[in-house]
This record gives sequence, structure tokens and C-alpha cells, in this order.
Amino acid sequence: MATGVLRRAITGVRVSSSPASKFVPLRALASEAEAQQAEPKARASTDLKTFSIYRWNPDKASKPELQEYKIDLKECGPMVLDALIKIKNEIDPSLTFRRSCREGICGSCAMNIDGCNGLACLTKIPSGPSTMITPLPHMYVIKDLVVDMTNFYNQYKSIEPWLKRKSPPPVPGKEILQSKKDRAKLDGMYECILCACCSTSCPSYWWNPESYLGPAALLHANRWIMDSRDEYTHERLESINDEYKLYRCHTILNCARACPKGLNPGKQIQNIKKLEMGSGA
Amino acid sequence: MPPSSGPRLSGMQKQVLNLYRGFLRAARSKSAEDRPKIESIVFVEFRHNAKQVDRKNFIYIGYLLHRGKKQLDQLKSLDTISLSSFDLGLPQTKHTKH
Repeated sequence: MATGVLRRAITGVRVSSSPASKFVPLRALASEAEAQQAEPKARASTDLKTFSIYRWNPDKASKPELQEYKIDLKECGPMVLDALIKIKNEIDPSLTFRRSCREGICGSCAMNIDGCNGLACLTKIPSGPSTMITPLPHMYVIKDLVVDMTNFYNQYKSIEPWLKRKSPPPVPGKEILQSKKDRAKLDGMYECILCACCSTSCPSYWWNPESYLGPAALLHANRWIMDSRDEYTHERLESINDEYKLYRCHTILNCARACPKGLNPGKQIQNIKKLEMGSGA
Repeated sequence: MPPSSGPRLSGMQKQVLNLYRGFLRAARSKSAEDRPKIESIVFVEFRHNAKQVDRKNFIYIGYLLHRGKKQLDQLKSLDTISLSSFDLGLPQTKHTKH
């Protein structure tokens, strides 16, 4: 990662080279030339790593299996997603997985890497001779690493994740303003990208995926409950005040461990529970 | 629902029959001209899989059940008028009307 950033910075300098800053690009070029000289030596010793990847194709009548791919880490980017893309490009084009932004903002590449849920694009390739990659646990597999997220999205939909108002905005036709303090309440919630890493790491969610909303949906429920502009706070609390929907959370906190964005859904669920107590519902 | 006489069915077999029933019920809510079309596609699909799929291949049957449930949910929607199929084995292909 660090080398990638460094090199990008160097090329940046080179592009913007002007007579005034001649000295800097020269040095940058020199260091890059050195690096190129050093590289062949390093490449002589390859760093092979085995990736065991879950394969299952519904069109073929065979059982799921772990297929092994050997990759030279010296010729691969630092992240697990780089390795997957390399496998798909160079070894096996039939390998299927979701990916999009490759920088942890879309949440497409959520998968289970060495037993831990995470985004492939934000997870460094673990050191060690082999790594196992499987789809998100306890989800219906569509193919290889692609899982069916319908239930997860429906649960998100069920908490009505949009602003609901009873009164018109203070200034007609204008946005509803919020104080900095009120806005700060949403920190730690608005960052959620719905990658489903937390929900699928939660044992409670494994056993009740239909009835328990799961950490991701509850985090978003809290996001709208805490929003100062939303006027349906009470109704929102009422609608999730359910033995299954909310109270299947037993603060196992696997969610906080799994979250690739460093959020803590468990803490937000705790906040909902606290408000439920206060509202006397 | 359970048959008074006949073989005892496993849970999965019951689920398959339930899904089939669900499709036929959903077809009833569609127009009189589309209903037989939907029913025939559903019939062919179920017959085909009943013959082709190994009855011990639980993973695949589970997958088909899950896929079928999703398709049934789509068919149940009022916006869905008809069903289409691209099965190459079918003598004629049907298209969704909008």
C-alpha cells in the first residue's frame, strides 16, 4: 500500500514537472530507476501463496468445493481483491465475485476471508502460505462468492430509511437545517455502506435471519431515530420494539469486530434499547 | 394440504409442492388469457427438474427452491402480467407483456 502511494506521488510530480522544480523530478526519476534495478533481483525469488476459494456453480451438478489457486505475490497488488482479480484475469475467468469501487465505499466485495468477514478491497492479503476465501456465512449462494442479499435489503427497507416529517420545512422549498451538534450525533452511523459483513457475522442473525433485523438494519434504524430532522422517532421506536426484530441482539459484538468501516453497530443497538426503555413503549 | 393417501413426503418434497401450489395460485390472479400460459411454463419447469435433478442433490434442490420463491414473489406482484421462458427445449417461446 505504502509503495503504491509513494509511486503515485512520484508520477504526480513528474507530470507536473516545470522548469522551476527540475531538481525534484530528477530525484524522483533516479529513485524510480533504482527501484526498477532492484526489482528484477527481488522477482527472482517468487512469493507463491495458495488461495483456496469456494466454488459452486448451480448449472453444474456438483457439490461446492474449495479450489486452489497459486499466485505470485510479487506480481500482485497488496489486497485480497487484487489477488481475486488477478486470478480471474490470468488463471480462471469463471471465478465469480462482486466488486466495484475497489476502495471500500461500495460494499460489493464483502466475503469471508480466513474465517473473518470483510471487504476484499480493504483486507490485506494475510501473511502465511495459504488463505481461504468463502462467501458470506449463512447466506444463500447464487454462484461462487456471490450471495443473495434480497432478505438483507428487504430488512433495510422495512426500517423506512428516509426522512419522514409531520410538519412542512421551516422555510418552504428549502432544506431543513441542522445544528452541528445534531449532525455530530449521526457520526458512526452515516458511514455504513450496507456491505452485510456485520449482519452475517452475527450468530443471532444466523439463527433468525428472517425475523431478527440484524446489526446493519438496526444501525440504520438508529440513524433515523437520532436524526434531529425526523419527526417519526416515536413511531420508529414503536415499529422495531419487538422481541425478534430488536431484542435478538445479545450484544455478542461480532458486528463491531467485522465492520470494515470501523463502526460499532452493537453500540447503536444499545442506544435503541435505551430509548425503548425511556419511551415506556 | 397433506394427501390422505399416498407416499409420505419429506420436508423438502413438501416445500416443492407448496411452491408449485403457490405458482398455480399466483397464476389465478392473472388474466384469463395469460393464466394457461403461466401454468404451462410452471408445469414444464417443474416436470423438467423433477426428471433431471437427482433426488439426493439437496444443495441444488435447495437452490432451485430459493430461486423459485424469489420468482414467485415477483409473479405475485400486481405489476407482473405474464411469465416468459427462454428454455430452448420448449416448442414456443413466450414473452412478457408490458
